Amino acid sequence: MVARFLFEVMDYQFIVNSIPLYVKAMELTLILSFWGILFSIVLGCICAMVDYFKIPVLKTVVKVYVEISRNTPLLIQLFFLYYGLTQFGVRLEGETCAIIGLTFLGGSYMAEALRSGLDAVHKTQVESGLSIGLTNWQLMRYIILPQACAVAVPSFAANVIFLLKETSVVSAIALADLMFVAKDLIGMYYRTSEALLMLVVAYLIILLPISILFSYLEGRLRQHGLGSGNI
Amino acid sequence: MDSALVIFEGANLTRLLGGLLVSLRIAFLAVLFSLVGGVLFGILMNSKNTVVKVLCRVFLESVRIIPQLVWLFIFYFEMTKVFHIHIDAEVASIIVFSLWGTAEMGDLVRGAISSLPQHQRESGFALGLTKIQLYHYVILPQAVRRLLPPAINLVTRMIKTTSLVVLIGVIEVLKIGQQVIEISIFSAPNAAFWVYGFIFFLYFIVCWPVSLMAKWLENYWASKGV
Repeated sequence: MVARFLFEVMDYQFIVNSIPLYVKAMELTLILSFWGILFSIVLGCICAMVDYFKIPVLKTVVKVYVEISRNTPLLIQLFFLYYGLTQFGVRLEGETCAIIGLTFLGGSYMAEALRSGLDAVHKTQVESGLSIGLTNWQLMRYIILPQACAVAVPSFAANVIFLLKETSVVSAIALADLMFVAKDLIGMYYRTSEALLMLVVAYLIILLPISILFSYLEGRLRQHGLGSGNI
Repeated sequence: MDSALVIFEGANLTRLLGGLLVSLRIAFLAVLFSLVGGVLFGILMNSKNTVVKVLCRVFLESVRIIPQLVWLFIFYFEMTKVFHIHIDAEVASIIVFSLWGTAEMGDLVRGAISSLPQHQRESGFALGLTKIQLYHYVILPQAVRRLLPPAINLVTRMIKTTSLVVLIGVIEVLKIGQQVIEISIFSAPNAAFWVYGFIFFLYFIVCWPVSLMAKWLENYWASKGV
């Protein structure tokens, strides 16, 4: 059955012809993910810092934001941004919308990852740092962040992959990403098998190297005894 | 502001809530299947047999690395074609989410079991427990406490992911929201803002208590020193 499927049903000429479409879509998926993940990290860092230093009012704002962002789906966030806000004159382009949505979603996940890292740094580390006369900034830069980041790497990596996968949703707001192209090809030519096969391959090309890279990094960190919590 | 009232016009509110119920039904069934499947899969992943281990790993990674939306498309459009059967969109989504949930839950179970110190296992065997007794009395009760908070977080993730099923044509809350907006396009031109805002709020109301429970359990057990 598999053989029949591979050699009779599949139209390989169609696959070859559709490669340029997928490459172009992959570009968009990567660009959106890149900016989305970058801004998520920035937003996550800010939120984690606000939480760590317990800055009065901002702390509550961050808390509310994290709860809202973690408990609503990206698709609904995008629909609200793209179709909802436009009603009131806020005109956002699809790309901008997708990046804002991804950042809104990813920011809280990144913040949680970093927060768990910061929490894992032992109190004695902070106190020792202060007692040898480091300033707050030096303490953060040389003592806390290096240890916190090492602990945060696994969940950080999981979040990056999670956000990359989440970009598949942006096709719903008319962005021509991988999912969109596959849907288009299915709709136009009824070539379901070929379109979906290419879709899976495209996602594998993006995600497999990243996944392998991160597990390698994690292994390296563990080898050096970082991130195990007993430094 | 008048457009906000569209939500409460006629049967709109009941329809929207009915749509939410469809999403929740999918999530509930998928969670149920993944709980059972995940525990079995997790125990299987801890097996010493290399072949079993590799097979489990391949299953886990392939489910995890492909976006759920792609899996939905594969099951809804492709499986039906290959096997010449009709799969209802709702059934397809339950299958996909169950498989995904089983893999993720299995990984959590594996992590919880393997994080238990080795001496627990050895002490159990030294007392003469059989393997089943060991799991029943020693391993699982301890693993459950480590497992529950992340497992509950997985449940919220599954509820959130059900929003994708609209893209393979399940009539759920988002689809009904679109219908409400389209019907009232002339009488309430700003309806999109309110209806999507309302759905946003609905998802939050459903997921938030579940998240809070996970956090509460984590703190509760941490304070008990488990």
